Amino acid sequence: MTTLEPDKAVALGLVDKPKRGGDPVTIDGTMIDDPGVRAPLVLGDRDFKSVTDTICGWIEMKTPPWWQMAFFISSGIAGLGTAMILYLIITGVGVWGLQSPVMWGWAIVNFVWWVGIGHAGTLISAILCLLKQQWRTSINRFAEAMTIFAVICAGTFPGIHVGRVWMAWMLFPLPNYNWIWPQFRSPLLWDVFAVGTYFTVSTLFWYMGMIPDLATLRDRAIGRINQKVTFGPMWAPHPMPKFVKQMTTVTIPANRIAAYFYGILSCGWRFSYRHWWNFEKAYLLLAGIATPLVLSVHTIVSFDFAVSILPGWHTTIFPPYFVAGAVFSGFAMVLTLLIPFRELYPGMKDFVTAKTMENMCKIITLTGSMVGFAYIMEFFIAWYGGNPYESQAFVIRAFGPYWWAYWAMFLCNVISPQVFWSRWARTTPWFIFIVSIVVNIGMWFERFVIVSTLSTDFLPGSWTYYKPTFVDVMTFVGTMGIFGTLFLLFAKFLPMLAISEVKNVMPQAHAHLHRHDHAEGDHHNGEGA
Amino acid sequence: MTQLPTEPVEPKVWGLLAEFPDVTSVFDAAHKVREAGFAKWDVHCPFPIHEMDEAMGLKPSQVPNLMGGAAFTGVAVALLMQWWMAKVDYPILIAGKPLFAWEWALPITFELGVLFSAFAAVFGMLALNGLPRPHHPLMSRPEFLKAGDDGFFISIEAKDKNFDPEKTRELLESLGATGVEVVED
Repeated sequence: MTTLEPDKAVALGLVDKPKRGGDPVTIDGTMIDDPGVRAPLVLGDRDFKSVTDTICGWIEMKTPPWWQMAFFISSGIAGLGTAMILYLIITGVGVWGLQSPVMWGWAIVNFVWWVGIGHAGTLISAILCLLKQQWRTSINRFAEAMTIFAVICAGTFPGIHVGRVWMAWMLFPLPNYNWIWPQFRSPLLWDVFAVGTYFTVSTLFWYMGMIPDLATLRDRAIGRINQKVTFGPMWAPHPMPKFVKQMTTVTIPANRIAAYFYGILSCGWRFSYRHWWNFEKAYLLLAGIATPLVLSVHTIVSFDFAVSILPGWHTTIFPPYFVAGAVFSGFAMVLTLLIPFRELYPGMKDFVTAKTMENMCKIITLTGSMVGFAYIMEFFIAWYGGNPYESQAFVIRAFGPYWWAYWAMFLCNVISPQVFWSRWARTTPWFIFIVSIVVNIGMWFERFVIVSTLSTDFLPGSWTYYKPTFVDVMTFVGTMGIFGTLFLLFAKFLPMLAISEVKNVMPQAHAHLHRHDHAEGDHHNGEGA
Repeated sequence: MTQLPTEPVEPKVWGLLAEFPDVTSVFDAAHKVREAGFAKWDVHCPFPIHEMDEAMGLKPSQVPNLMGGAAFTGVAVALLMQWWMAKVDYPILIAGKPLFAWEWALPITFELGVLFSAFAAVFGMLALNGLPRPHHPLMSRPEFLKAGDDGFFISIEAKDKNFDPEKTRELLESLGATGVEVVED
């Protein structure tokens, strides 16, 4: 059975033309139950121009008051976090609650949590690209930006945890006055390379994908230098229906700075197909190499724990379990950010459809179940392995002093994502939003549970109850402020949706669709995924 | 700017820029322009049109070769670096473990292979495209601002040996171009 393209299905009369609005069955027209019919990816009868106008309009419109408020708050929190980091640097790591034997504490919990969140972006852009999941086009730019900012927050923690921050450059194999080199046999050094590579490759991927869209913004800025731009309200379907009397004129101050800013960043892209040809090849191959990369990063992060010989850490299940957890928390964070943005930016719902959200919920349920399986498997192996230290570590995890963290983790990560078996849960944005936050809390607890295993080490005399200090908490909250600030700046100045990619998945983009007499006749449409 | 040239200067023609109304028409026109034997011509579209490479008769991209070369370089650099630093320059014996083994060298080797090829992908793509190039004669045409929005264009350079100002214009118009403009250099 072949899979029908949406507009072919409409033409054959199999489904109604998608309409926006409160349809209880198909929500916004995309929740089609027939598996043979592909859901439309762009709603609202949009043409290419209206796609450009809407996505660029979010940048060109007057800065909304909610943005200013959000920016004020998040940059304030970021400032607080920076003050805490400064306090740490001028005083020492003793301002944190670290104590022997818990030498890693919140710093590594937060590091692993943020790196995990940073996995969704490249997963969406790379793995879903290779799997030809076209619904990714409306969320990939957004998720990639989130990835980069999350990795920035993650990288902060090991950087400040080294104690003497001014020596952090010794993490890298650089010549120094002692003539020694880093210890390549240590997973901590692999981590430096893994996270460093991941950050660099994610940034390159993000930037390269953005070059054509930056060129679009440049061209619009050049157009604005001399004339006003007139376009309809961003929520409006295009072409405009007759009853809308007047096209709203949006006066945007002619902006030479924007033309130069986007002009430099776009490298002089001129939409030449000869350029697109190299671009597409580079993009596809970057996706190809980013796929094993994204799987390797959290694998190597898990080696930080798994390569040690501590009971409860020294397990081979850690790499797959960390990767599944990372994808799980990353998708949750994408949804946490996406749902309010989808409400706040006019017209965004035409791109981020109910189907897209549903797909993400399904991935959350899948990865949440994998994580749940791993939790249960860990317990089973701790018992089945017959190692008394291993089983003791797990009994302490679930019933020891940190029992509340363990069960909070279990509830948030294993039980809560199962709600998405219900169709109502998958299609109700406010509910998805709540679950996504619950999942993020649960994933933080997962890392906390792993790290708190340190507090009951081999020597019962040194067992302690590890508690964070005010500085610990505020540094963590501060990184959320840094994350929020960076994300708001991204939403304000860079295209949040991949304009050229969205256009590419629209039915009008296919030259072959309306013409079947083409000599070669090798149509990609209708071949089925 | 205040001094006007004393003699009228003949503007140098860079080529022709033809606008097409939609994907199908620019796709078909690209086929015909290629069959007419042009070599120095291009299609400009806001997104990569599917199978346009076949219509234009483009050769395979060189990006994969660049990336492959960079990946091998990255792997070689990583292995040499780890071997030299850990075994040759400053050997530290820990727990009787070998000073160098490919097993523990693998994660960094993989990461550097990926890192180098990612740089090759982005900067190789830009270099093959002759970018960054802030200005191009085509950008002097106001219609061309639509190329990133909903405009589909074919440009033919005057340098092409088959180029003839009148005949090429007629060809483009016969292919369904809605407007053909002369681009000055």
